[in-house]
Amino acid sequence: MTDQSTKNLSPRQASERVALTIKARKRKESQFLFIGQSAVAVAIGFLILLFAGILSKGIPGFFQHYVTLEVQLDAAKLDPTGQMTIESLSQGDFDGAVRDSLYLALGNPEGRKAKRDARKLISSGSSQRLMTYVLNHPQQMGSTVAMKFAVDDDVDSFLRGFISRETSEADRRISDLQISYIDILDAQNRLSYEISDYLFFGSASRDAEMAGIFGALIGSLFTLLVCIILAFPLGVGTAVYLEEMAPKNRLTEIIEININNLAAVPSVVYGIMGLAIFISVFGMPRSIPLVGGIVLALMTLPTIIISSRAAIRAVPPSIRDAALGIGASKIQTIVHHVLPLAMPGILTGTIIGMAQALGETAPLLMIGMVAFIVDVPTGVTDPGTVLPVQIFMWADFAERMFVQKTSAAIIILLAFLVSMNGAAIFLRKKLERRW
Amino acid sequence: MSNSMVETASQIERRVMPDKTLGQIVVDNPRVSARNVDVFYGDKHAIDDISLDIGASQVISFIGPSGCGKSTFLRCLNRMNDTIDKCRVEGEINIDGRNIYDPLIDVVSLRARVGMVFQKANPFPKSIFDNIAYGPTIHGLASSKVELEQIVETSLQRAGLWEEVKDRLDQPGTGLSGGQQQRLCIARTIAVSPEVILMDEPCSALDPIATAKVEELIHELREQYTIVIVTHSMQQAARVSDRTAYFHLGKLVEVGDTKQVFTNPKHELTQDYITGRFG
Repeated sequence: MTDQSTKNLSPRQASERVALTIKARKRKESQFLFIGQSAVAVAIGFLILLFAGILSKGIPGFFQHYVTLEVQLDAAKLDPTGQMTIESLSQGDFDGAVRDSLYLALGNPEGRKAKRDARKLISSGSSQRLMTYVLNHPQQMGSTVAMKFAVDDDVDSFLRGFISRETSEADRRISDLQISYIDILDAQNRLSYEISDYLFFGSASRDAEMAGIFGALIGSLFTLLVCIILAFPLGVGTAVYLEEMAPKNRLTEIIEININNLAAVPSVVYGIMGLAIFISVFGMPRSIPLVGGIVLALMTLPTIIISSRAAIRAVPPSIRDAALGIGASKIQTIVHHVLPLAMPGILTGTIIGMAQALGETAPLLMIGMVAFIVDVPTGVTDPGTVLPVQIFMWADFAERMFVQKTSAAIIILLAFLVSMNGAAIFLRKKLERRW
Repeated sequence: MSNSMVETASQIERRVMPDKTLGQIVVDNPRVSARNVDVFYGDKHAIDDISLDIGASQVISFIGPSGCGKSTFLRCLNRMNDTIDKCRVEGEINIDGRNIYDPLIDVVSLRARVGMVFQKANPFPKSIFDNIAYGPTIHGLASSKVELEQIVETSLQRAGLWEEVKDRLDQPGTGLSGGQQQRLCIARTIAVSPEVILMDEPCSALDPIATAKVEELIHELREQYTIVIVTHSMQQAARVSDRTAYFHLGKLVEVGDTKQVFTNPKHELTQDYITGRFG
């Protein structure tokens, strides 16, 4: 009889066999648990390392050295025509005024080399700084004011200890004479180390001590503005149409697959497209936030569409039935019920898309937003650059101070990204808890 | 032994379906009159040639085993099947003498006349007031705020919910109990003053006490509205309806006065179903 082999096990036999397998099952479970926990530990470790690295490099970038000088504001020299306008002031010899105050502080050095070395101690932007001050404080004309001027970036590096006195003069970017001048200024307590106003309010500059992110920040804002104005309504509209209105057929299926694929296209490809279409075909100018925003909008559209569709799909169908059942039209159902319920998800997707756009460099390089632009853009059609591109450019410069400013700018960019993601989480929580 | 009380499913399947519906499909004063309705979901023939009149001011219940097409037929009456992509409806359904599948008919105004209450209570995630006021607002039924408040109050009163919620109209409708939510949905439906109310298993998720309240409500509403109710509970059908229609595998097997259908069914399928031999 083969009866025995086909029969089910008795409950006793079964429980014995189960007991045999339990040990192996438990071992596998604890192994997986261990792998998971150690992965989390490693991840946290790297995160700490990353932040420690960025912060330790970047925090000094927020500061720089200044020298305080007493400048005599002589109306005859600074404002030869006496009108106190930009035109008349630009005729004035602000360079000379700063220079004279520096020579005075150093005890009037003699000789061309000594004077040249002294001049190179302070930033070449000092005369501009003085002129701006005079423009804003015309009543000070004729008096003597104490002003802080940034020191040259080499002097700054010396003061930070990156350039050593022991190095032979030929090998360092700063002369023995200059070191003695720095000692004189230091002895008079004229040197100070404080938060860099150039970093926050300055624009692109070849001089490290004057370089700042302000222009790039404004450029980023304009670019993001164009991006969100285009991408949000288009993306949400597309999602609503595809999810709620479009017939489910071959064509919409193909469109859906393509949108999903577009989300994975390298961003530089969008840049090439922007260059080929908007600049070459439509003849739009290069380097402007308008084109940058359009390109980034195209890049973020798939993200917004995909997350909006998911959010719309997550709205329970019973809500649509309820609205349709009392005679709401399709659009009324969508606008009054579906979209408000989907909004947390849509906004999360949009903000994450915007954060992605804020951090994007490659496509903007293609459309020329990498240009060296000193003026802060005043509109979407003014040439400009954006934060990540500014960082990219600074990272290319050799000066010691640019390394620090690069790290500082990275911290600022990270702060923006973190706060945008924080806003996404906040909005989602707030809107979800409405009922 | 073959005369066992329990029959197998295959024996029941072998029972002959009638060629045409047994009982009286025509009524004197029909509000809804369906003729030769077929519904297809893609290739699936969900409703097979159903003709049925539904009289004004009467409650008719649709009963039958799951998947027999009673809900599908119900959803044809206010064209909710339009929202399903692959669904195709053939035949004619006249409400007040006009075919609702006429291309000239506006679905929005049809659904304002034929309201629907769903199986699962589905209040909007808004306040109780806004839940009721939504329909009248989009259809422009109230010319002033006072009038709108009046509509909300009467609708809630007719649904027997006013006393329970009058002090918290600004609270979310989703915060009510299951039975209250379902009555809120009924109130929302009657707020747009429909002629016909379709109810798709309105009590299936409710406990007996909440069910009794809804049934009581149906009793009170029958004076003014034509009510079509789909139910899995034979007792409920017997309690609330004037007429009963028995559906089986997409066909309307039998229709008649509730008393007659439950005491003296004409077809043995109906007999088997109401005596609980299957279903």
